[in-house]
Amino acid sequence: MTKRPSSMKKILFSFALAAGLLMGATSVAASEEGGLPSAGTNIRDQASLQRGAKLFFNYCVGCHSLKYARYSRIAEDLGLSEDEVMKNLNFTGAKFGDVVISHMPEDSAQQFFGKAPPDLSLEVRAKTADWVYGYLNSFYLDPSRPVGWNNTVFPNASMPNPLWELQGLQTAVKKEGGEEVEKLELSQPGTLTPAQYQQATRDLTTFLEYVSEPAALQRQRYGIWVLLFLAGFTFLAYLLKKEYWKDVH
Amino acid sequence: MANVFTRIGDWVNERAPGLMPVYRKHMTEYYAPKNFNLWYYFGSLALLVLVNQIVTGIFLTMNYKTSAAEAFNSVEYIMRDVEWGWLIRYMHSTGASLFFVVVFLHMFRGLMYGSYQKPRELVWLLGMLIFLVLMAEAFMGYVLPWGNMSFWGAKVIISLFGTVPVIGSTLVEWIMGDYLPADATLNRFFALHVIALPLVLLLLVVLHLAALHEVGSNNPDGVDIKHGPKGNRWDPSKPADGIPFHPYYTVKDLAGVGFFLIIAAFIIFFAPSFGGWFLEHDNFIPANNLVTPTHIKPVWYFTPFYAILRMIPSFFSTAIWGVLGMFGAIVLLFLLPWIDAGKVRSIRYRGTGFKVALTLFVISFIALGAVGAGVVAELIPEWFGSSTDVTFWENLFGRVMTLVYFGFFVFLGCYTRLGWETTKPVPERVVFDHD
Repeated sequence: MTKRPSSMKKILFSFALAAGLLMGATSVAASEEGGLPSAGTNIRDQASLQRGAKLFFNYCVGCHSLKYARYSRIAEDLGLSEDEVMKNLNFTGAKFGDVVISHMPEDSAQQFFGKAPPDLSLEVRAKTADWVYGYLNSFYLDPSRPVGWNNTVFPNASMPNPLWELQGLQTAVKKEGGEEVEKLELSQPGTLTPAQYQQATRDLTTFLEYVSEPAALQRQRYGIWVLLFLAGFTFLAYLLKKEYWKDVH
Repeated sequence: MANVFTRIGDWVNERAPGLMPVYRKHMTEYYAPKNFNLWYYFGSLALLVLVNQIVTGIFLTMNYKTSAAEAFNSVEYIMRDVEWGWLIRYMHSTGASLFFVVVFLHMFRGLMYGSYQKPRELVWLLGMLIFLVLMAEAFMGYVLPWGNMSFWGAKVIISLFGTVPVIGSTLVEWIMGDYLPADATLNRFFALHVIALPLVLLLLVVLHLAALHEVGSNNPDGVDIKHGPKGNRWDPSKPADGIPFHPYYTVKDLAGVGFFLIIAAFIIFFAPSFGGWFLEHDNFIPANNLVTPTHIKPVWYFTPFYAILRMIPSFFSTAIWGVLGMFGAIVLLFLLPWIDAGKVRSIRYRGTGFKVALTLFVISFIALGAVGAGVVAELIPEWFGSSTDVTFWENLFGRVMTLVYFGFFVFLGCYTRLGWETTKPVPERVVFDHD
């Protein structure tokens, strides 16, 4: 029987190829989001989650529901007590175990904005965190739109900037001789500095990312232990194989 | 303790003396070639994933609601309110994609080492049937969460049947049970996905293995160990290069399983959506027949075939050519044992023409996948400037790759029949690398 010294090399090559393809696939997936700023969210940052929740319940829940998220679950995952949640976040009189439903009647929403405000439970999973963050940072005044606002990330969006007091007012600088927006300028500052506003919208995006998949907190926590266990298991299985195959020549 | 087990064993044997011979035939006395390499893990891994899909699927049905009004909500209920529901769902959704990963690699192994050639045609045909049923199973499973991509994907795929002459539109309505994918469609897809197709799959897997064990496994050298010298440590009449499947390959596959599970667990726990490739963004929006997703595309494992469908233009005022091309791409795989008339099985000893052709075939398959997923349409303006005519270049590239895909089969038929192939001498015994 001849030896094939190159087989290990081939195996390594196949792994390199597979890894390369995987990287290629994920980088293409990343480029799908095309030119959006990175949201830089971290759902394990509990302080950021809490700040984001506060912003959501002060500025968003008036119109948008989170019909799959329960107050009690939010309390548990964000490290808040029942009291804190019921006093500071729940303004609708819902029970602790209820899901977050906005009080805005759908028909009046339709009347105000031409479109019922969507439920945001899964917004980040449907659009990505970068999209949501980019959207919250890309509002500008546009008198041609019914509500006077437009957005470069989501052109002709129906929603006016709900956070305009914080951000201030942005106006669009158009490209020469065209309608295309070149960049946005802060024409009237808000109560937050641009850096503070970016952090605030990052917090809000973090909260929505958590809401879109509360299990993400659990799976990342357990995942590391599962991987460690499997690494040990695989190592033992490999030793077992070695032992059994000793007598195969 | 051991005594108890022996006594139970004896008790069973007395009453069912036919069981042990079956076990021996398929496990301890099934002599597999000892030179299996990395490529030979994917068969047992496919079996593992199949079991995973069935077990996690059973738990999913306990909380899933089969109705267009409730399906989407029930999936979110599983993700949020059911204990460990998220894990079960991610195991199922990741398992679906990994099923195709291992099956594609398993099939590629067959191409590389000529495992479809005589006398293993039946093994290959049964395997191809498994692949076909698996595609139907995956498609119907993808519809069940009733997200917007479920809806539009179902609409596009079912409408393919509309290209059948004369009865097309009736056929489409008959499949959907409505004029659009609707509650009736969801319910029948549930029935097929959860009971009908899994039964067929299991039966086919049993037959695939039975057919394999009848002829014996191929190996990376394509050497028929049954025709080689006889006599090994266990049996003087069995192939010298064969080793008992159990315990040798069961322990080897166990290590393979561990390695595979590490990759699977990494995806399940840290990247279950896999950047939108395993769980697509648009499927987190409930089904809505008034809002069309920007790009309707199937999940990644269907994209090579979907690209062939898209790339073949309509002519004689019918779009059936693309549909025929797509199904033809699979039918040709079925026919491979009769297309390839090569004298040698393994790529190690085949002519250069075969190696080049197989490489091009793999490239065309991946390239078509990229076309079908819309990746090529995205990369063209990125690489060649935003003023490039995307449709023109995507079509050109996709059509060339479609020709390469079909060209592989044409070339292989000619190459092996017209005496173009110069093979290397095949060794008498398998080549065994002890490391």
